[in-house]
Amino acid sequence: MAVISSLPTKDEILGILESVCDPEIPVLTIIDLGIVRGVNIDEAGVEVVITPTYSGCPAMNTIEINIRAALEDHGYPNARVKTILSPAWTTDWLSDAGREKLREYGIAPPVRSSQDKLALFQTERKVPCPNCGSTATEMVSQFGSTACKSLYRCTSCLEPFDYFKCH
Amino acid sequence: MNHLLNYTLQIADNALILGHRLSEWCGHGPILEQDIALTNLSLDLVGQARSLYQYAAKVEGHGRTEDDMAYLRDEMDFKNVLLVEQKNGDFGRTIVRQFLFDAYHLPFYEALQRSHDETLAAIAEKSLKEVTYHLRYSSEWMIRLGDGTEESHRRVQTALDELWRYTAELFQPSATDEAMLAEGIGVDLGAVKSRWESTVAEILRVATLQQPDSNWMQNGGKAGRHTEHLGYILAEMQYLQRVHPGAEW
Repeated sequence: MAVISSLPTKDEILGILESVCDPEIPVLTIIDLGIVRGVNIDEAGVEVVITPTYSGCPAMNTIEINIRAALEDHGYPNARVKTILSPAWTTDWLSDAGREKLREYGIAPPVRSSQDKLALFQTERKVPCPNCGSTATEMVSQFGSTACKSLYRCTSCLEPFDYFKCH
Repeated sequence: MNHLLNYTLQIADNALILGHRLSEWCGHGPILEQDIALTNLSLDLVGQARSLYQYAAKVEGHGRTEDDMAYLRDEMDFKNVLLVEQKNGDFGRTIVRQFLFDAYHLPFYEALQRSHDETLAAIAEKSLKEVTYHLRYSSEWMIRLGDGTEESHRRVQTALDELWRYTAELFQPSATDEAMLAEGIGVDLGAVKSRWESTVAEILRVATLQQPDSNWMQNGGKAGRHTEHLGYILAEMQYLQRVHPGAEW
């Protein structure tokens, strides 16, 4: 580990953050996930601004530690991580690369939002099966193994799968 | 009295106590999916409580932390409404309690998004998305159980009759509620009440449940006068920090 004395560029820092993955969904980087809201660089060091996906997301503490560790490994010790809540994260912040990685990993990416998410009983949108691509799928439960996922099953290939739910 | 601190604690305590109640279902849900669902709701609520307690500690400015707020305050310091501390009972009763609160929580956060206090507005904006899922979940189960079998109908109707007396308190403004509304920080509970009434009436109708006509209502939570249940919750939740002060993972 070398301590670098000149100020880094924002792109250099973002490049390092590309190596930090979501601990629950390790195929996604925090850049793919869209939770990095800003990078501030000054004489005092590097500050990374992030936002949580869900209020109770237990991965946030780990992500914060991993960001600081990655920056330290690249010569930027004492980086600060600041959490902001507004504007609130939505699944629209997921990058296209992130959506494709999710699908390959077996998690259906969120259907792009357009309709009112606050409607009490919205009709469930067709979620294509990440295994066979069929849209003959049904929801088993709104709530899954992590706060950001629902449980689905495909009635064509009969595989159960996770859906990264619209938020 | 520091009304902003008090107001933040009112919101936080509702979230923490209901979140803790739901966490008691972990490993006890009727089927795996519902066990996971209830604990997901719990996680959201405890997460919201953390953001609110962090802010409360900052507003107070005495060096306390979010953990001190949750673990080192006594029963009379908690400002949650009585509804959220009521016992889980069976799954149906938990759903009724959840529905009655969610139907309030959603329009409450909707209005709080427009608060002149930036932090409360941001927390509300974040939490609103989560609470939307909660209300959808509890509404669906109200309908499924109410319009289900004779036994499920009887159980949720009984729970509704028993919990109804705790609903008026949601909309009775405390001195803090009034002060915060006047400053443009707090929410107009009258407007929240009319939203709540229409949601509740609609779901009960579809669920074939009778709205209780009891006029007698119980209150006191916002002023720290609680039912016997809160003490037991705190005894369990705070035990570790009371016996081993400052213990960390």
